[in-house]
Amino acid sequence: MSSVRVALRALGANKLRTTLTMLGIIIGVSAVIALMSIGRGAQAQVTSQIQSLGTNLLFIRPGATKDQGVRSGAGQAATLTLEDSDAIATLPNVVATAPELGTGAQMLANGQNYQSRVTGVTEEYAAVRNTTLAEGDWITKAQVDGHSNVVVLGDTVAKQLFAEMDPVGQMVRMSVGGRTGANLRVIGVIESKGASGLGNQDDQVYVPITTVMARLFAQRTARGAPNVNTVNVQVISETVMDDTVTAIGDLLRARHKVAQDDFTIQSQQDFLNTFNQIAGTFTLLLGAIAGISLVVGGIGIMNIMLVSVTERTREIGIRKAVGARRRDILTQFLVEAVVVSILGGAIGIALGTGLAGLISTFQIPGQNGAAASNLQTQVGLDSVMLAFFVSAAVGLFFGIYPATRASRLNPIEALRYE
Amino acid sequence: MGIQIANVSKTYHMGTIEVAALRDVSLEIKDGELVAIMGPSGSGKSTLMNVLGCLDVPSTGSYRLDGEEIGRLKDDQLAVVRSRKIGFVFQQFNLLARTPAVEQVELPMVYAGTRDRRARALAALDAVGLSDRANHRPTELSGGQQQRVAIARALVNEPSIILADEPTGALDTSTSAEIMAIFQRLNRDRGLTVIFVTHEPEIAYHTRRIIALRDGLITTDEAVSDADFHQADARQPVAL
Repeated sequence: MSSVRVALRALGANKLRTTLTMLGIIIGVSAVIALMSIGRGAQAQVTSQIQSLGTNLLFIRPGATKDQGVRSGAGQAATLTLEDSDAIATLPNVVATAPELGTGAQMLANGQNYQSRVTGVTEEYAAVRNTTLAEGDWITKAQVDGHSNVVVLGDTVAKQLFAEMDPVGQMVRMSVGGRTGANLRVIGVIESKGASGLGNQDDQVYVPITTVMARLFAQRTARGAPNVNTVNVQVISETVMDDTVTAIGDLLRARHKVAQDDFTIQSQQDFLNTFNQIAGTFTLLLGAIAGISLVVGGIGIMNIMLVSVTERTREIGIRKAVGARRRDILTQFLVEAVVVSILGGAIGIALGTGLAGLISTFQIPGQNGAAASNLQTQVGLDSVMLAFFVSAAVGLFFGIYPATRASRLNPIEALRYE
Repeated sequence: MGIQIANVSKTYHMGTIEVAALRDVSLEIKDGELVAIMGPSGSGKSTLMNVLGCLDVPSTGSYRLDGEEIGRLKDDQLAVVRSRKIGFVFQQFNLLARTPAVEQVELPMVYAGTRDRRARALAALDAVGLSDRANHRPTELSGGQQQRVAIARALVNEPSIILADEPTGALDTSTSAEIMAIFQRLNRDRGLTVIFVTHEPEIAYHTRRIIALRDGLITTDEAVSDADFHQADARQPVAL
């Protein structure tokens, strides 16, 4: 403990120099803390959004196909049908299924021309995907069965086409790929879900899937049945996810009469895992960039410590004359370097936390008219601990050389040093 | 036991030139002696002090301190011997900057691992008449007071010998008298061996034995007669 006191006295003797030395570490640590908080914040935000969609969802997409040696990517093949969706719905543990068929579409209304995405859905989609209406009604079973010309708008689309007007009851002309298309009546508007790492979920419209197939565009499977892009499956609980995945796989293989899967089944957890992996790498990258400044700070410590050793040659001589061994001198200068870096680290942690708080007040403008949101930041205990121990290690590492030089000074020459 | 030096030589290499600072010196100093080592600069008296103080080892020859052979010890072993057996007093005081007197005196005990440091440091300061200055820093003390702190630091570990290198060189005559009186008292009352290194004959005559060096050799080594011995009087300036 007394060596820390000796170190503090030596550091206090030249406050300006100590502060400048610490500045390198302060900047390094606060940069690590602030940048990692952005990475962590984005991770937390997207994770909570994915979880808000429900963790008991499975997504079935057509798989990669191999046609005469030509492979196409996952989701490109036309292998899933409405009948597949209905068959999955009869499996145990499956609460409901919601097939989707989506594509880009041109929309004309109120003198506005807007390019967005149209998703063909059934009446069950709203419940399965946790979609709530801001006004009007959702698509009914009768409208699906009757190929009705109705549409439910996403918040962004409603604003783009109708601005302040009430869209419910208005007509929208929609066409896909330059075909004639259809006139659809707006029956509802979806409540905004906000922009997120998953893209703007408000920038799309919903039409009965039968209407999409009959009037907008259609794909057919190899056996001639109408194709769907995705089947959303709501499972009764998270605990039976794995069993349900197996059951759906067996069912689809039997129905498609294939040995090799022509579909993929993904869960929310899969998305979450993938995203967390990406976000973790991103956070690490930010941390590593900031870490470079920590190394620069460490070199600053070494620089100042070398000057300090030269300046205090006589002091080292006195200490040796009264009985200090090499390791006593070594310890003294190492403690000094570590005290500087830990003090700098502590100040850096406080500053970095403050910076993270400041960053979280910045507004990010929403994409395509979505509401602006704040940039989320999160200062984790792990990044604080990391920054603290790394700064201590930096001090130790860069203190070793100057301290070793100090400990090896010859006492006679050191005492004679002016 | 004391100090036994036998056939000690010390050679320095300055580039390609060899400088013989000590040539085959033999010397014995018994416990409780009050000795002055004299000589002009370049005579080898500083080298002899460094060897006696275990700051350096002889090139050849034997140095026994309290029966222990010092001549072949490594750096850290020498540090331990200094810590246990030797106290230094320097011309320029050599106190640590910005450090209170009591902590200056505690320093040798820190490295020796002694207990009750604060109490012993205060006792040592009391022995040199500075108990009321325990918390003063060097800049708040006069030269004489600083040198007394240095003496307290030198004696706090109860060493076998105190080596004083021109201890009055930076002090005025009346302060010098005070300092010499303290050394004489420590020698008389505590039986401490005190060795002065000086080029001032007047300081030398405050001791009981004068060893004179020239060109690395001992030229004379004689006792100071009672008639020549100066009993330092703290109230009287040392005549220079």
